[in-house]
Amino acid sequence: MIEIVETGPFNTIQDLGRPGYRDIGVTASGAMDPLALKVGNILIGNDEGAAVIEVQTFPFRVRFAGDVMFTVTGAECNATLDGIELLPWCTQTARSGQMLVLPMPPASARLYICVGGGVDVAPIMGSRSTSLRGAFGGNAGRSLANGDVVAVGEAFDESLMPKDGMAVVPPASALSEVFPSSTDGTLLIRALPAGEHDLFGVDADRFWNQTWKISSQSDRTGYRLSGDPIKPMAPLEMRSHGIVPGVIQVPPGGEPIVQMSDANTAGGYPKIAGVIEADLWRLGQARIGSRLRFVRSTHAEAREVDRAVDDYIEDVRSISQMVKRALKAMAQR
Amino acid sequence: MIASLKPYAPEIKPSTLGRARISAIGSRAFLLEAPGDFDLVAQRRIWALSKILKSWEDLSEIVPGMTNLLAVLKKTPEDPDAVVRRLLEAWDGAQSLDLKGKTIEIAVHYGGEHATDLAALCDLSGLRDREVVRIHHEATYRVFALGSAPGFGYLHGLDPRIHMPRKTIPSLKMARGCVTIGGMQTGVAVLTGPNGWNSIGFADLQMFDPTSPNPAIMAPGDIVRFVPARIEL
Repeated sequence: MIEIVETGPFNTIQDLGRPGYRDIGVTASGAMDPLALKVGNILIGNDEGAAVIEVQTFPFRVRFAGDVMFTVTGAECNATLDGIELLPWCTQTARSGQMLVLPMPPASARLYICVGGGVDVAPIMGSRSTSLRGAFGGNAGRSLANGDVVAVGEAFDESLMPKDGMAVVPPASALSEVFPSSTDGTLLIRALPAGEHDLFGVDADRFWNQTWKISSQSDRTGYRLSGDPIKPMAPLEMRSHGIVPGVIQVPPGGEPIVQMSDANTAGGYPKIAGVIEADLWRLGQARIGSRLRFVRSTHAEAREVDRAVDDYIEDVRSISQMVKRALKAMAQR
Repeated sequence: MIASLKPYAPEIKPSTLGRARISAIGSRAFLLEAPGDFDLVAQRRIWALSKILKSWEDLSEIVPGMTNLLAVLKKTPEDPDAVVRRLLEAWDGAQSLDLKGKTIEIAVHYGGEHATDLAALCDLSGLRDREVVRIHHEATYRVFALGSAPGFGYLHGLDPRIHMPRKTIPSLKMARGCVTIGGMQTGVAVLTGPNGWNSIGFADLQMFDPTSPNPAIMAPGDIVRFVPARIEL
């Protein structure tokens, strides 16, 4: 069991989401940084899609009741367990009564507490993710609140874990070669032109060339971008159509909205572009007030990045299994 | 709300001809938009296409919209042009499928505190509020697709005299149950929250239950009638 001692709003239980119900209007939800969730779960011996706690408002403090294996992934931050600083992206075991504190990360937006056995809430429509819009799933369909107690599933045998924990190189470093970086610190996010791109005329060029700022009106549903407004050459109203996270819509005001994990399932605003899936977690880690530029990409490039990310996950999986097998063999000797 | 199961007698019309338009949304999703009019003929072809695509093993989701369809692949495709060709071939092969739906009657309180945009609709259409209400409830609507919010049905059949564009600035907290018009579409809001459609009344109904094996009450093909329970102008 984990007791939530201190939380801000909008910290929720998430897994890889609830895809497959867009056709009845149900948002997929799921972690904003699914890569951090997968890697954390694999490290700790869970299924890669086990439910975790997504923390995006800080500070966040929890007390463990009982011994719980866990790891904190996602943004880099100086998390502490009973005041002792923890290695990031590394497995730990908390003893009953110990307190985990997550301070505000200096650069990125979201942290994931992955616990051995996963957060144990009832799955609804195939997922344990909180649907804030639909007010169901996760922790009674709402954000975590002070005093909430969440159950933990049955964990992998902790004696088969290295005593000092097992750590992994975070994807931002391990995969730095496949993710573009700028010299001025602006986040570069790759996207493909979408349906109405060409109807923006010269404003389409301004979409790609200018640096956008992530406005304070941004959340898990979508990021509003501020900058020089862009407008189609003639006003456009689309028939309602299905959309996915990553779609960049342009409402009449001309400031784009990027749909994120709690994306609407349908839209009617013109779409200028769509973020490639492999870059979505990087956007999920971008903070309000930070700056970004879109880089025009291709399906071929998106596929290459997908492959690199898959290889990284596979490496983490095979190495962590190897370590556990070796420890098991030593224990049996 | 009263849901009665009445068989729907299909009318027979030729399929829409012409090429569909396909565009990508990010790396895995492709949107097919039917050519031609926004009508039941085009939507029946979308329903037929949706049925054909169910046999494609490389798709993770099929989301029919209003005379369009979003196909979400399991993986980023090697050759996006090939996906576009396959979708076009499937569209060319899609004839017409009429979904036999149930009839849903929705009691509406027209006007009143929730009808925040009725006056603007009168201004735009040049009609009196009474006429707007009469035109809205006299029509028979068809659920073309679901989306936007859990169980929300996009209804087709709105009289062109009361079409009204979505708002430039959405209402921040429109109540669940508001009976709304967005462009050529009408519907009933199922969540309280930001909404760019125009409200002309209110209906008290529960359209979605996540714990049910069939969470959404409405389904594509259903027929909807709005029954004035109260008119407050």
